[in-house]
Amino acid sequence: MPSLPLVSHNSPDSIIAWRADGAVTLQQFLSEVSQLAALFPAGRHLLNMCSDRYRFSVGLAAAIVAGKISLLPSTYAPEVVRQIKTFAPDVFCLTDSDLCTVDLPRLRYPVMNDGPQDELAIPQIKATQHIAVVFTSGSTGTPQPHPKTWGALVGSVQAEAQRLGLGLLHNCTLIGTVPPQHMYGFESTVLMAWHSGCALNHAQPFYPADICRALAAVPAPRVLVSSPLHLRTLLAAGLLLPEITQVVSATAPLSAQLAQEIETRCNTQLIEIYGSTETGQIATRHPTQSCAWQLFPGIKLAIEGDCVRACGGHIETPIAMSDTIEPVTDKLFLLHGRIADLVNIGGKRHSLASLDHLLNNIPGVADGAFYMPDETSADHVTRLAACVVAPGMDASNLLAALREHIDPVFLPRPLLLVDALPRNSTGKLPRAALQALFQTCT
Amino acid sequence: MQDNQKPNISSTADLRQEVAQLMVECLNLEVTADQISPDAPLYGDGLGLDSIDVLEVALVLSKRYGLQLRSDSADNQHIFSSLRSLADYIATHKTL
Repeated sequence: MPSLPLVSHNSPDSIIAWRADGAVTLQQFLSEVSQLAALFPAGRHLLNMCSDRYRFSVGLAAAIVAGKISLLPSTYAPEVVRQIKTFAPDVFCLTDSDLCTVDLPRLRYPVMNDGPQDELAIPQIKATQHIAVVFTSGSTGTPQPHPKTWGALVGSVQAEAQRLGLGLLHNCTLIGTVPPQHMYGFESTVLMAWHSGCALNHAQPFYPADICRALAAVPAPRVLVSSPLHLRTLLAAGLLLPEITQVVSATAPLSAQLAQEIETRCNTQLIEIYGSTETGQIATRHPTQSCAWQLFPGIKLAIEGDCVRACGGHIETPIAMSDTIEPVTDKLFLLHGRIADLVNIGGKRHSLASLDHLLNNIPGVADGAFYMPDETSADHVTRLAACVVAPGMDASNLLAALREHIDPVFLPRPLLLVDALPRNSTGKLPRAALQALFQTCT
Repeated sequence: MQDNQKPNISSTADLRQEVAQLMVECLNLEVTADQISPDAPLYGDGLGLDSIDVLEVALVLSKRYGLQLRSDSADNQHIFSSLRSLADYIATHKTL
């Protein structure tokens, strides 16, 4: 059975990460991985909530080495944590925050011993080992698990690193604005650093000034791994940016205008990545050169009626994609927005049917439906709305109930209380009727 | 410029009103500026802002008042806790 190394760095002195206190060598990283693995409880599943990307990476590596599975849900809403516990009753939480209140057995990220260590060998991990389970919202309110094997994940980030040309950059550092617990951040800021010889930066910058500081804190060459939301606000802030060698964006396609502005202002190349939680990344494009997406080597799109399935390459079983895809050649395709049931808000995806299901399950709700208004601008976030029939309840009760189940970005604004929904004679709720109701009420 | 070297200045009712108005316009909130209570939480159960909103509001505030919010400043958790604390922070740090 083939094995793949934990990381592709090979010299004990290779830099694998940058923390606030400076560079972390491969040797120090492996020592901390083994120190953390020794503290793990018996449970086979962990929820790695570390917000510091370096600590997340040590937690992930320690879990892999110890044969444990990292669970990556899309949100830590209380009901989702309960569902995770049902999925894996032995789950424990690894946290680097004293403020963590998640209702699971907790392991606090320890203070590491950084004294001299014996030279440690790079662990070899079986390609078939399940190292993570990533969850999507599902269509019935129960998170759907998607297991990931080590071999598939490594294959996908190796293809990404090659597409980005990272092999040609020496001692490059990846600076991410996306969390390592999100599939995109998981692949592009952690696993890709491990398998391209790059270092990852520990920070999780949020405001434009944070991003500038995180960039300035590490030497060039720098790769900024980000999203349309962060890139747009970063440019709009008008701050002086340190030299950036490459910008990577994913979670939603950028407008051609913003893509061009980023390349001009950063004097660099911007590459976008396309993928999904289920498949991981499957394609890239250079939006200022072409609007077509180029599939990773070995990945194919199979069309059956309206359904496009991705298969081959690192994808273990064919996956129906949730976007409207138009193949151009066997290696290129165009994206034409999402399939109606799926909403994507700031990179978080949820099924509308599932949101409706959760809404209608709230005690006191007689009828209710979420509504996604048409997007007004490609680079701005459009929010959901909802119309609800719930006599005797007010919007704040309903929002509090929803907050138990879903990430706050999906909370409807506005939440309109109405006397009835405009259902037709068959009980269906046409989007046009919902849109008309929404427009009358706002 | 270190945050802890500046004496904290309390915001005036006028500044709080102006900040509330900027938030309402920037986020298309359902409430009017004077309905935002100075001490109610902006996150979660209060006004219901989330991290996307905070990024949008921070951008508008940076343009209007010539300041850059940073998540590593010691009082960051506190800044967006209420309209009053946000306006106090602006009163202390604004350059425009």
